[in-house]
Amino acid sequence: MKIAVCVKQVPDTETRLRVAKDGRWIEEEDQPFVLSENDEYALEEGLQIAERSGGEVIVFSLGPERVREALRKTLALGAARAVLLSHSAFAGGDALATGAALAAAIAREGCELVLTGSQSGDAGWGSTGTVLAGCLGWPHAWLVMGIQLEEGAKSARVTREMESGLNEIFRISLPAVLEIQAGINHPRYASLKGIMAAKKKEILELGPGDLGLEESAVGAAGSRIEIVSVAAPEAGGGAQIFEGDAAAAAKALVEKLHGEARVI
Amino acid sequence: MSRRIWAVLQHRDGKLHRMSWEAVAAAQELAGRLGGRVEAFLLGNGIEALAREVAAHELAAVRVADDPALADYTPGGYVAALAPVLRAEQPDLVLFPHTYQSVEYVARLAQASGAGLLPEAVGFELVDEQLIWKRPIFGGKLHARVRAKGAGPLLVSLQSAAFSADGLRAGAAPVQKLAVEIGADDAGREILGVEQAGGEQVDLTKADVIVAVGRGVGGADKMAPIEELAALLGAELGASRPVIDSGWLPRDRQIGSSGQTVAPKLYLALGISGAIQHLVGMKGSSVIVAVNKDGGAPIFKVANYGVVGDLHEVVPALVQAIGELRS
Repeated sequence: MKIAVCVKQVPDTETRLRVAKDGRWIEEEDQPFVLSENDEYALEEGLQIAERSGGEVIVFSLGPERVREALRKTLALGAARAVLLSHSAFAGGDALATGAALAAAIAREGCELVLTGSQSGDAGWGSTGTVLAGCLGWPHAWLVMGIQLEEGAKSARVTREMESGLNEIFRISLPAVLEIQAGINHPRYASLKGIMAAKKKEILELGPGDLGLEESAVGAAGSRIEIVSVAAPEAGGGAQIFEGDAAAAAKALVEKLHGEARVI
Repeated sequence: MSRRIWAVLQHRDGKLHRMSWEAVAAAQELAGRLGGRVEAFLLGNGIEALAREVAAHELAAVRVADDPALADYTPGGYVAALAPVLRAEQPDLVLFPHTYQSVEYVARLAQASGAGLLPEAVGFELVDEQLIWKRPIFGGKLHARVRAKGAGPLLVSLQSAAFSADGLRAGAAPVQKLAVEIGADDAGREILGVEQAGGEQVDLTKADVIVAVGRGVGGADKMAPIEELAALLGAELGASRPVIDSGWLPRDRQIGSSGQTVAPKLYLALGISGAIQHLVGMKGSSVIVAVNKDGGAPIFKVANYGVVGDLHEVVPALVQAIGELRS
């Protein structure tokens, strides 16, 4: 079985994000990037299915040249090869434009199952995989917490997270797009052997022309929404903040909780 | 120009989802500010009573797709029901509650109908008569202001509690049947059942005090001082999603959109940054205390008291300070 896994390289949100000079995105210079967390679960799920069913994982991503580093990591973890939509025309796309471009690249490879993370750690549309499924005309599910391939790999039994601690279980026919929720598995670490092997694996770069797409149909030009500005959220009521020495801060806090809030 | 604004409502077991009313109220407010009319849409089977309930509000119409193929939600069924009417009538705006159900099909509806898509709005403003939406990015660490471009409908999902249902205006609206044609293959899935995720042995909703930990705790082996603090306060332990996914605490301790929704008298958030998925599960707490290394973490926006510092230093200090208070 040929399994496509879509991944995104995103700014490490554990670091402090700075707004760019033009105010429309964050400053990317000197910003550390990582593989988006949900995508690590999608990749692990793809690798496990490939190992059980004797298939292979092809990783797809859209983004600039820096994404090669993230793709090299997915190859070290066990993906067979990678496809990168790195052309500048792809940049700045909304979920509709990005989903359409990824669908065209996946259709070119002829995969039978597509796995994505359910939401990226940056823009977090939570929608790109769903759009991709629509473009391919395949059924899909979002927030997938379990996948069992059924006999002949014509269908899969899927567990999907609902609200308030419930899961829905259903059968989905393949090919399909399954958008993976964090926590479905325990992502592996790369082995030294895997890291060495990854150096020889192929990263194929494609542009809009290779996919039969007009430049005006992809990226920012092909999008239906645009970001006007980004900023830190304005403070609500705001917390009374205690800083500095832990002992002094804890003492001041406990006095407030006792004397002012009367909760301890 | 009179705008056409639709609100597509969600329901389960004969009850409308709380966020459906928030979507109706937001649609009414937009219609008032922009000039226009609101139609509410209901999809399901045997939902006459729900339609009457919705019709008791200030709406141009309640449009009801009542069909056996819509008895259970499936993304394919919902897209097949809504895409033709969206394409034919080209409303300006279509609002949805940003729920696990809506998010799963709305993007596909946009793709199928040629509409624009704006997920997870938390607010809007009018700038020179242009609608600018606000939505969280980077897990809520920043907000983006976003606008539509190009012609055609824009589908917008509204984050929980971003719009209040308090201003909902009553009225009397006509109920209209929406004809749908849903093919046998449209659903794309055969529903087998519903189960409790991980079983809910611990009922955190009854706790007066909750000590909740986030990714910042750093590992299951670092829990001992936190457990000591919880015992001292008679508190239940809770956690944000990354802690559960890492296996540091069992899933029945999870608080947030995919876990339990709690509102204790005192909520201590230790090493929790405050992603929106966590905040919706705890922001109704009476007193919220946040401890986090990052002074810019969104959790401080909902907290009443905050300590900017390393929780591994602050928690033992809290244990000592509470001990001194009580002695």
